[in-house]
Amino acid sequence: MAEKLYLYPKWVRLWHALNAIFILLLIITGISMQFSKPEFGFIRFDIAVSIHNIAGMLLTANYLLFLTGNFFTSNGKYYKLTLKGLFQRLTKQFIYYTIGIFRHEKPPFPVTKERKFNPLQQFTYVAAMYVLVPIVFITGWALLYPEVLFTKVLGASGLKVNDFIHVIVGFFLSFFLFVHVYFCTIGATFVSNFKSMITGYHESH
Amino acid sequence: MHKNLFPLSNVITKGMTVMVFFLLITSFQLDDKTKKTFKNAESNEFCFKCHGQSKYSYNNTESGHHVFKKMYSEAIVDRDLFYESNHRQFKCTDCHPEDYDTFPHPGRLRMETKYLCIDCHGGDPKYAKFNFEKIESEFQESVHSTKHSQDFTCWMCHNPHTYKISTRSQEKIKDIVAYDNAICLNCHADITKYQLLTDKVIPNIVRKHEWLPNQALHFKNVRCIECHAMVNDSILVGHNIKPKSKAVKRCVECHSTNSLLMASLYKFKVQEGRSKAGFYNGVIMNESYVIGANRNYYLGILSLLMFGFVFAGIAIHATMRIIKRKNNG
Ligand code: HEM
Repeated sequence: MAEKLYLYPKWVRLWHALNAIFILLLIITGISMQFSKPEFGFIRFDIAVSIHNIAGMLLTANYLLFLTGNFFTSNGKYYKLTLKGLFQRLTKQFIYYTIGIFRHEKPPFPVTKERKFNPLQQFTYVAAMYVLVPIVFITGWALLYPEVLFTKVLGASGLKVNDFIHVIVGFFLSFFLFVHVYFCTIGATFVSNFKSMITGYHESH
Repeated sequence: MHKNLFPLSNVITKGMTVMVFFLLITSFQLDDKTKKTFKNAESNEFCFKCHGQSKYSYNNTESGHHVFKKMYSEAIVDRDLFYESNHRQFKCTDCHPEDYDTFPHPGRLRMETKYLCIDCHGGDPKYAKFNFEKIESEFQESVHSTKHSQDFTCWMCHNPHTYKISTRSQEKIKDIVAYDNAICLNCHADITKYQLLTDKVIPNIVRKHEWLPNQALHFKNVRCIECHAMVNDSILVGHNIKPKSKAVKRCVECHSTNSLLMASLYKFKVQEGRSKAGFYNGVIMNESYVIGANRNYYLGILSLLMFGFVFAGIAIHATMRIIKRKNNG
């Protein structure tokens, strides 16, 4: 009964799987470093540093795959935010998620070939992929090579500000991850969206 | 045309005048600094005449020639560094025998016994806050003292002619680090000095510390003694250098809110109460960044709260979904 749409091409699935692995590693090691204590070693500090650095570099490389893919394929169009009426659309989707869904109303923005993401999805994906992730890896690289950026370009004090941004944006990305994974359970069935990300086909209600 | 040129030349003349005045004033101050501020500067000049630079000259009474000789580097005392050092108010002969006033200096002066820090600073209430007695006993326990002969004295690290207290001054932490690490590297990176005390080959510091991530950054921001000396509460700078097997190697000793650095490198600034409210470790926040030690208390609470809200939101939504599904089911 479920009609199937091919929405997630191979490269998207590959990018996404790698991205999820790297981000998870980064969050876990990042939290471990931020809350390191001598008596309680979640992940040994130097190991956490190495994993975090390597995962960060791979994440950046993988991000280039995402950018290139969205630039050269039609997947990019799903990330074009239309500002006009954006707020109304976001509110409509929000109301659906908080009220309508429990009344078994029809989703206001059903998934089609032209509209892979509902407004809230689109907004958070654009924010995560075009704002938060770039900020986090740029500030991350800056922390890896502080002597280049901070002593030569900005003066040493920039390091703290940079790190603050890195940590705070990292935090927001962890929020994004939890909310994202939770909302992925809202599909035709509890797991159908996860299946889509493996098979490439979207199952609609 | 003329109108345009006139103000330009005017500016140049004015600039020149200011510059000449500036030079006059600063040169006057230099003079002032050595001659007036330091009461012994004039009598010290008698020694500095020969020991103040890399060459000296004298009249050879045998040949009648005026000869120039090279002063060997250990015997050179840099005037500028001396007059900036902690001992700047001293007369050379406060510490060295008066007999040096003849040239050539009498041969027996080679055997002169030199004062050590404790000889002047020990038991003096004026220096009580520095706790020189404790420094002395810590030093006696350190590898520098136990592994080496009597030749290893305070002067090995603290040149009495140039030594300037750095930790207690208002200097930037980075400068303190550079100054203090230079003291260690003076021997540990110089084979000839190192081998004055031992026949061993100098260990390659960079290679020995290869395990340390971001080595260059660590070397610029923390002192060698942070990991190699025992922290002691009654003195500001630990002098008990431990054998290498006892050096700190666990990252979290510094990279945690209870950072070791608070008892060593940042101790003085912490004691001075310069930390800002809201940050566990204000000094670290102000002057350097140590992963795991810079935590903002409020930010921590805020992020926990936000996590709480996110989880609560998800939990409520999920429960509602389950309930509603059952009701309809
Ligand atoms: C364990 C971790 C993750 C799981 C299980 C997961 C799951 C999913 C699923 C099921 C979808 C398809 C549904 C949809 O299009 O909304 C999806 C899409 C997406 N996810 Fe994730 N995700 C994870 C981590 C991440 C992370 C860390 C990011 C970004 C930082 C991310 C960004 C995205 C984006 C941008 C899409 C849309 C991709 C496209 O079709 O162009 N995901 N995710």
